Amino acid sequence: MSDALLTERIITLRGRKVVGGVAEGEAMVTRDTISGWGGVNPMTGVILETRHELRGQSFKDKILVFPGAKGSSGWSVIFHMSRLAGAAPRAMVFNEMTTKVALGAVVMRCPSVTDLDQDPLEVIETGDWVRVDADAGIVQVRKRAAV
Amino acid sequence: MKLSDAEQAMLDGGHGRATQKAMELLVRYAEALGAQRFVETTNVAGVPGSTTPFLQQHYGKSGGSYAAIFSHFDLDSDELLDVPQAVTHTCHLQSGYDPQNWKLLGAKPEAFELAQGSEQFIKDRGVEILKTCTPYLVGNVPHFGEHCAWMESSAVVYCNSVLGARTNTEGRESTSAAMLTGRVPDWGFHCDDYRHGSHLIEVDFPVESVMDWGMLGYFIGAAVGERIPVLRGRYAVPDLIRHKHFGAAAASSGGVEMYHLVGVTPEAATEEAAFGARRPVETIHYGVEQRRRVYQDLNSGASDSNVDFVMLGCPHAAIEQLREAARLLESKHISANCNLWIFTSRAVKAEAEQQGLVRMIRAAGGVVLTDTCSAIGQAVPPGTKVVALDSAKQTHYLPAIMGIQAWFGTTSECIDAAVTGRWRGELP
Repeated sequence: MSDALLTERIITLRGRKVVGGVAEGEAMVTRDTISGWGGVNPMTGVILETRHELRGQSFKDKILVFPGAKGSSGWSVIFHMSRLAGAAPRAMVFNEMTTKVALGAVVMRCPSVTDLDQDPLEVIETGDWVRVDADAGIVQVRKRAAV
Repeated sequence: MKLSDAEQAMLDGGHGRATQKAMELLVRYAEALGAQRFVETTNVAGVPGSTTPFLQQHYGKSGGSYAAIFSHFDLDSDELLDVPQAVTHTCHLQSGYDPQNWKLLGAKPEAFELAQGSEQFIKDRGVEILKTCTPYLVGNVPHFGEHCAWMESSAVVYCNSVLGARTNTEGRESTSAAMLTGRVPDWGFHCDDYRHGSHLIEVDFPVESVMDWGMLGYFIGAAVGERIPVLRGRYAVPDLIRHKHFGAAAASSGGVEMYHLVGVTPEAATEEAAFGARRPVETIHYGVEQRRRVYQDLNSGASDSNVDFVMLGCPHAAIEQLREAARLLESKHISANCNLWIFTSRAVKAEAEQQGLVRMIRAAGGVVLTDTCSAIGQAVPPGTKVVALDSAKQTHYLPAIMGIQAWFGTTSECIDAAVTGRWRGELP
């Protein structure tokens, strides 16, 4: 993307670093919390949970924007394995802090941000281009409609 | 973060590389949570060193050894480490294979051997091999206020709610790191304020049976998600089996890690004590209509009344539940078209053997298994299409994991289905 686009079209959210690092990619947004064990195939990153709005879709290489984690204490193991299998998201942006999502982000070594000054589920839509600078706690969103 | 001198020494490598790596992982985890300090834990329940052919292959460069898997996966360390003894009381929860019945569960010999090897590896490091999701039924009963580091959502909710001990829902990596350091982040359920209730549940329908407690838990989990329900109203004081089924269900349909029963659980002598400085964000009623809907919801995935599999023991059966099953099976035999598997811990099975209950169940054609369950082990008898279950938690997970239909009802209805091969359950 060009600098002109960057300055004109970008929305910036500020929050708190969970795990440091910088990554960018296409957003995958859900309003449903995500289960790890029993809810995700770690080899492909595909969401399996029966009633999940993203069922059948993979978060591999996406910027995963979601409310938070739920379900089994195997959450970190499943997301950890997704890193080993090359199926992890590039970065995570979420609202609700839990031990599941914190440990999962750490062992996935995935740049992650929470406690944002605007609700990322309101601002970011699937398909938007998102840059996460977790060290600075900054999430920049280039709206899909602007491209 | 503020570290004590002892914690700083571990982080600086004064206790060896593995302890240092464990401490580094715990610091990263604590910072992710936003915790300021650690608490000392004297009770760790995890799955240290558990392995699979995938992990063994993935760490092939380090020889795929048990130490490699513990170093790289459990401690998330890029370096291969010598794994020392546990420094605090640590037990191993459920796993994938019953050492006596692994063939029946369809396990491959290589996978079973791998699991046996990892069991020996952690046994050598002082870990207690409980192999159950119910450590609290087999001697690991934390005292009131004890800081624990437990995995397994149904055990976590029991630990916080029924025992008044303190644990977050830990994961494999944090429990393995706690095993080597005796520390977990001081966050969440370790803190007084975090333990107070959020939602008031008015129980209008009288709740007494194990099945009713399971349905109430399933209803509440869906209603409150990850929050903390406070129950008052028409329930008889539950025994530990009812607590076990209630908490497991609430931790499956939702993420309930703690609940309060006013006048029953140790941090809810009164409603005021349960809520502390908080006011309920919502009051939710559970009556005849809610009960009917949760029953329908649990049974919504089943239509074929021919039952070819009955699975009991989720969470793992207590001795009283094995006795109940044995009594219900007395002078009966299960249908030729049906299998009956009852899962429990090694310790409870040993006691049941002494009491003759395992023999009685076997005489009727059932099998008592240990270490795992159909969901964890992803194991049902070959060709299974329709299962009958007395656990709301297992009903939540098993159909999705194995692609089968599931009926939910009482233990007695499940045993009847095993004997007749037909589901005849109904909402009492």
